Amino acid sequence: MAAVAEAGPQSRRFRDLLEDRRFLAPALISPAALFIVLLVGAPLVLAVYLSMTDATAGQLTGKFVWFHNFTDAWHNDNFRRALRNTIVFTLASQAIVLVGAGILAHALVRPFRGRWFLRLLILLPWAAPVAVSTIGFLWIFDSQFSVVNWTLVHDLLPGGGHFYLYKPVNWVLGVIDHLPWVHVGKIDRLNPPQWLGQPTLAMLAIIFVQAWRILPFATVIFIAGLSSIPTEVHDAAKVDGATGLRKFWHVTLPLQLPIATVALLFGIVFTATDMTVVYILTSGGPFNSTHMLTTWAYQTGIVSSNLGEGAAISLYLLPVLLVVTVLMLRFARKVEVS
Amino acid sequence: MWATLRERGVSYLIVGPFAIVLAFPFYWMLVTAFKTNGDLYNLNHVPFTYHASPPALGEKLTFQHDHWLPFGFDHATTSHINFIFSDTNYLRWVENTAVVGGLVVLITLLLAVPAGYSLARLSGRWGQSVGVGIFLTYLVPPTLLFLPLSRVISKLGLQDRLWSLVLVYPSFTIPFATWLLMGFFRTIPAELEDAALVDGCSRLKALARVIFPISIPGILTVVIFSFSLCVNEFVYAITFISGTKQHTISAGVPNDLIRGDVYFWQSLMAATLIPSIPLALLYNSFLNRFIAGFTGGAFR
Repeated sequence: MAAVAEAGPQSRRFRDLLEDRRFLAPALISPAALFIVLLVGAPLVLAVYLSMTDATAGQLTGKFVWFHNFTDAWHNDNFRRALRNTIVFTLASQAIVLVGAGILAHALVRPFRGRWFLRLLILLPWAAPVAVSTIGFLWIFDSQFSVVNWTLVHDLLPGGGHFYLYKPVNWVLGVIDHLPWVHVGKIDRLNPPQWLGQPTLAMLAIIFVQAWRILPFATVIFIAGLSSIPTEVHDAAKVDGATGLRKFWHVTLPLQLPIATVALLFGIVFTATDMTVVYILTSGGPFNSTHMLTTWAYQTGIVSSNLGEGAAISLYLLPVLLVVTVLMLRFARKVEVS
Repeated sequence: MWATLRERGVSYLIVGPFAIVLAFPFYWMLVTAFKTNGDLYNLNHVPFTYHASPPALGEKLTFQHDHWLPFGFDHATTSHINFIFSDTNYLRWVENTAVVGGLVVLITLLLAVPAGYSLARLSGRWGQSVGVGIFLTYLVPPTLLFLPLSRVISKLGLQDRLWSLVLVYPSFTIPFATWLLMGFFRTIPAELEDAALVDGCSRLKALARVIFPISIPGILTVVIFSFSLCVNEFVYAITFISGTKQHTISAGVPNDLIRGDVYFWQSLMAATLIPSIPLALLYNSFLNRFIAGFTGGAFR
């Protein structure tokens, strides 16, 4: 107290202020909040403004054209396809992720010998920088030296036996080829599938790679949800005679649903707004068939220097974000009430 | 005993196939990185192991006398791995990534530690809303912001300079870090700082002397995951910077190591593998803390 008395009334008032929650709490938050407002909020507003101007590269302003860019983008066939692709890409990859992560998390939550190492293998796709790990897939799906194709078209039985993996794959392809929007065609030993050179297969490859990279993250969130279920719940379920599938359906699933929703919402946002996987695997090709909203916005805004329309295209993602935001907010409140 | 064995067997049966699919690309990168051109581009060779083939110009069979090596590894070469260190800017990109990541982590901690503490301890009802608000900005993706930001960056004269990334990356690391730290601070019993306050410490001193030391593991987790977010970032890295010397790993490898249609697959795979392995080891070691922080926030 002696030190405070010596320091004089001015700094004493300041110190008292620092002890006051009503001052200290906002004072500690404001630098971070300010930074976010400047670097997320302002650019977002700027994006909305730009989307209504005819700005090109090298400008920050342009003639105000209202919603011209949005309607212009909408009437472009490539945009329509990009929108459809984004929806398919997001839903399909997240469906794979949900099922995979659900199964994997249940198996990983209990400790067993070798779990540390297996978990390391499973975390690899999440830890590796996505831009470079996708290059790995560029090589795996190579048009000539694809390891997948090598396995498909080579005789897997040694010494004269015959087993070719492409035959069952061909059967599957034959089945899905009857779907109206699928054009795959037959494959044989001399014509292995061109994973990145054929529109339908390229979409499948992109969906697979995205699911591959989101799966570890979703699994981790699922594990978090599972391990937060108190052991008493399991004991109570045991006493009540609930086992196996019934226990899963009536006990584990309802308790895990909230955190699974969080993982799903994250996955949706990170997938719908991602452009790395598509940009590196196909850059939107072949023939602009695999563009997503993000890559189409990049193509229009940066490559073709049409800043205003590019901004408009990426803003078509905003509804997705708004829906997810509302769900998350609703969800956070629900958790707090309980 | 049979029951535990069976349970373990089931675990292996489920986790094993997933692990194989998820880790296969990395195994494949590893195998590819050491191959000679003659071996790699021969469809008659089983691609999963190494085979004798006449070395191409400039390829040195590094292990040719070590016949005890399995999988025909005595036919492998390190020439293509050496190539990325001697003939490309790879080391420069690693250095750039480390500099950007380090500076961003520093800025992130300076801003997010006070914010996280305040949200966890000092602020009441409105703090909850601010916390959720900050977290939600993490969901605003670079793909929505890169167009306007690219103009702002060039107006500021930061085009093609690493500072542009140092300035912009905290916009996604801060929300993420604040959220995690808020979770960590909540798990620390309030009695600890109350005791310090009673002993005459000021709030800030209690934060620095009592809370900060106990939170080191949590803060380390934030450091690792924020750093890896920076290493991962791709959209800003290719939009703001076009000079090859200023690239980070994520932008440099796909943009500059691939020249036109010429792919140096062995070198590319090595360049991919090198940053991935240490990051995965760090992730695995800090995973439990990450889970604790993530779920400590609000989604309990």
